[in-house]
Amino acid sequence: MTAVSNPAGFTPDETYTPGGEYRFRNSREAVRRLPFPFPDDEYMYSMNLEPHVSAGTGALRAAFDVDEHYVSECAHRDQMLREMPGVHYLALPHMMEAQWDLLELIFESYNRDFPEHFTLTRNGNEWRWQNRLLGIDDSFTFGDPETLPMDPMEYATRQAQGEFVVLEERDNTLVIGAGMTTQRADYSLQFNLGMNFSEFHGPVPKLDKMGILDRALKFLLRMKPGHPVRRVNWSLTVHPRLETSVETLPDWAPDRARVTAENAGDMVYLRIELQPLHRLPRSNAIVFPVRTYLVSLAELVEHAPGWAKRVHRALASLDPELADYKGFHRYHGAAVEWLSRHDDGAPLATGYPWIEGGIQPGSGSPR
Amino acid sequence: MSEAHHGSLQLRVKRIEAVTPEINRYTFSAADGSWLPPFSGGSHIRVLIPFEGETRRNAYSLMSSPYDTSEYQIAVRRVDEGKRGSIAMHRDVREGDVLSATIPANLFPVSKHARHHVFIAGGVGVTPIYAQLDELSLKGSSFELHLAVRGPEHAALGHELRERYGERVVLYGDGDGTRLNSYEILGGLPLGTHAYVCGPSRMVDDVIRAAHTHGWTDSHIHFERFEDLGSTGDPFSVTLARSGAVVEVSPEQSLLEAVEEAGHKLPYLCRGGACGECETEVLELEGTIDHRDDWLSESDRCTNKLIMPCVSRATCTKLVLNA
Repeated sequence: MTAVSNPAGFTPDETYTPGGEYRFRNSREAVRRLPFPFPDDEYMYSMNLEPHVSAGTGALRAAFDVDEHYVSECAHRDQMLREMPGVHYLALPHMMEAQWDLLELIFESYNRDFPEHFTLTRNGNEWRWQNRLLGIDDSFTFGDPETLPMDPMEYATRQAQGEFVVLEERDNTLVIGAGMTTQRADYSLQFNLGMNFSEFHGPVPKLDKMGILDRALKFLLRMKPGHPVRRVNWSLTVHPRLETSVETLPDWAPDRARVTAENAGDMVYLRIELQPLHRLPRSNAIVFPVRTYLVSLAELVEHAPGWAKRVHRALASLDPELADYKGFHRYHGAAVEWLSRHDDGAPLATGYPWIEGGIQPGSGSPR
Repeated sequence: MSEAHHGSLQLRVKRIEAVTPEINRYTFSAADGSWLPPFSGGSHIRVLIPFEGETRRNAYSLMSSPYDTSEYQIAVRRVDEGKRGSIAMHRDVREGDVLSATIPANLFPVSKHARHHVFIAGGVGVTPIYAQLDELSLKGSSFELHLAVRGPEHAALGHELRERYGERVVLYGDGDGTRLNSYEILGGLPLGTHAYVCGPSRMVDDVIRAAHTHGWTDSHIHFERFEDLGSTGDPFSVTLARSGAVVEVSPEQSLLEAVEEAGHKLPYLCRGGACGECETEVLELEGTIDHRDDWLSESDRCTNKLIMPCVSRATCTKLVLNA
């Protein structure tokens, strides 16, 4: 997979690693199209699932969003898979049908939503896939793994932004059967493979008491093909680092101690997770994609000052137990202090930005 | 929003065959000539059947191959009692007609971990098994089917399967005096076998009882219940107290959809009875609420003071909401 030189509008030479000196930045457009996850000044953990229908012209327009970081992110995935084989991509043997389902879903969506970059041509089971952003033009037989250079799920998700966990329905629960997770936020795929819904949610504080888990599971088990749902989630991370898995914790955890109220604007990144869930038609599995967006606090202030104020208030009022679970209690205070200098306290709209009347990015000074 | 919630298929009736004195098989293709959505063995669709000015929404299992999505097949047994949607299918539907149906959903999937699959079916209950056997046979899985019919003239589908799968299909009641005995069938099967039953509720109960007697766990016993009605049902009307508007909720729409269609707004998020966003206070009720959500607690439900308009309905002469 060799990336073509520089397709218009894409930034192909970004890095998400210290070795590459975290060479990453967002354009103004990239910031203002984010699926901003704070509808209210106070953040509450909730069952914020809604039908995944196209909304607006930003990150929620397509079924699977592609943005200016696509080429760099695919290169990062390739690098992670080469550096730690068997850690970031795993699939149990009986998940092969779900793998093909997922390949079909991603390729069909990209072909429909970004025809300028991707073309899927189907002639019965003989498929041709053209990915102009990565310079790929392959023909293969749908359903025959021998005709692809690797597992169908690995093949498709190496060409997709975000990570993908495939859940198998078994005994009225959902069990992790496969994953492509080079962007893990503090968990281990190897450890979680084979766990069921309540097991892999085990570390989330307060969830159980609130009955959210049971309701969410019942809702997901009723999901039907063709009716995807989505939720957004978020965390903070130090540096634009996508891969923060348990396995590499010693490489990234110490950075958390280096954040101060002076450098938080450039060092601390809001990590937004867009999670569009789909029931897969042949395997009856459910795919749980986590499309991660990174944006520094300084970028928010510059390009989306309204959102920066909202982040300040949501962080300032956050339950410390949640900050601990999300892994940023150590620099929580520093981030809040830095952001407080950019919040005049003016009232902000409520609701997600893609909902009528919801919070908009605000008019920051363009660069 | 509407597209995702009312997303339905337009199916053209390509062929109608009478396979027994009571059962017709319908072959559908997409009305616009395109491919139909893929599905897994055990899936069903709900067909919207026009019947004397109303619409029946009957669930039918897909019996065609999950690997050929150029067409779908269902089998419909004519049932003279009940809501009579099947009568309309037999009496009114002709080749070339176009019917609306929902996208396939699966409440009866095969286990991916079974060492062996045993299917027990009665009559038209064999339809989901058609697609399941197709799936299993392509994967090279081990299976057997025991099918009971009411006499030789009702055995056509069984013969068809016997033709395909040979000795793995055992017919009962096909004029040779044999009777299906689920206790005996389940008794001789190896550990790791999963059992599937589809037929009259008497048969389902009988198989579950027999399996339990043999010490099977529930995780290895599968049966289908078409209980997933979504948010549809009988029509009713609702009064919105703040505007005084009276909104009629038709069988095909949810209370939330009816209120939206009438130009009023209610808060919502998941539209599936889980998130709690649309919780609405009931001010007056003469009748009963059909709670279908996962949000309200058992005690909330009993008070009948709250309703989730995205999925729940009411059988009532009067329902007033604080909205």
